[in-house]
Amino acid sequence: MTTTEQNIDDILVPILEQVSDPEIPVLSIMDMGVVRSAVIENNKVKVQITPTYSGCPAMDVIGDDIKAALKHAGYDSEVELILHPAWTTDWITPRGRKALEDYGIAAPLGPEADKDVLLHGKRIVKCTNCGSQNTRLVSQFGSTACKAQFQCDDCQEPFDYFKCLK
Amino acid sequence: MKQNLYNYILGIADNSLILGQRMGELCGHGPSLETDIACTNISLDLFGQVRSYFQYASKLAGDGRTEDDIAMLRQEREYVNVLLVEQPNTDFAYTIARHFLFDVYHLLFLTELEKSKDLTLSAIAKKCIKEVRYHERFTSDWMKRLGDGTAESKAKIQEAINDLWTYTDELFHQTKADKAMVAEGIGVDVTKLKDAYYEKVNEVLTEATLETPESKYFQKGGKKGIHTEHMGYLLAELQYMQRAYPNMEW
Repeated sequence: MTTTEQNIDDILVPILEQVSDPEIPVLSIMDMGVVRSAVIENNKVKVQITPTYSGCPAMDVIGDDIKAALKHAGYDSEVELILHPAWTTDWITPRGRKALEDYGIAAPLGPEADKDVLLHGKRIVKCTNCGSQNTRLVSQFGSTACKAQFQCDDCQEPFDYFKCLK
Repeated sequence: MKQNLYNYILGIADNSLILGQRMGELCGHGPSLETDIACTNISLDLFGQVRSYFQYASKLAGDGRTEDDIAMLRQEREYVNVLLVEQPNTDFAYTIARHFLFDVYHLLFLTELEKSKDLTLSAIAKKCIKEVRYHERFTSDWMKRLGDGTAESKAKIQEAINDLWTYTDELFHQTKADKAMVAEGIGVDVTKLKDAYYEKVNEVLTEATLETPESKYFQKGGKKGIHTEHMGYLLAELQYMQRAYPNMEW
């Protein structure tokens, strides 16, 4: 079993940064935190990725995209899906959070604030369009399992909120 | 092959598979767009979890059976899910009540499975529990909304709870594989979850201004492969593709 530490060869970082989440194309899989290790062994790259959600249909595509990107850079590779340690939204990098917000998806709050928002209707999620906190939960599940649907009561913009997973 | 462990994994995974199939039936049929999407997302979570379990089972079987074979090509009597999860989507109240009654159990179960000596099962549990927490929030929330809603929603959710109550006790029955796995420190002793389960269910029902059923007559059989009349229809739909076009892949 691996630890929470990532183990990625420096030389591979720029290659893996080119691979993005197919459902959130602005976000690289590195900023998403799904790549847990990538090492070169006997001219072959061994990559370990972890799913955001168990049923995430993007994982198969991400695996194929990683292989294609590495192939393009001249490496054969093997991609393994690991479940432990389980992915958490804490692994999204600050750059990743900014990319999400710019794309129109509110980045996850901490676990307590997340509960307040999803269970008690507290208005603290910032609208990605106008920045107002006068927003309300429309549905606990949005366009994908990892997001909830919100609407801003000031500018009326509907938007997704990336749920906290910890 | 480690037969007890294999059977034990099927016992866990079949619940999620069959419940996932039931929730998936609402795709395009949910009462509102938001609930439709929620139900199908929950279904997707469950199927994702099932894949992890069946991939492990496939490795243990070691005879070439894939995760898809295990999911799609068994006969009705070989499925060991509890009767609760195969009950039909009579109406939205039944859908929510069934899922709520399972979620409370699922969360307690996974909390214990996290401590399993089997590292794969423990890792799967740690992954699943984060998702199931959201499911439990969603269904508890709807229990309260329907129970403490209009006279009609209250009557319907109470009827659904009363009807489904008879399937709750089976969640805490131990199979032969359960006992063997508990003895090895791999499995969860479900009999010990019973009190906490009914306490939690009662708490939500009370908050939802609903009555906790008093009936002590309980149905059982699913864990031994003896299912209700609804199971055959469910499997017919679940297995259609693999039966009609053997070995087809996405």
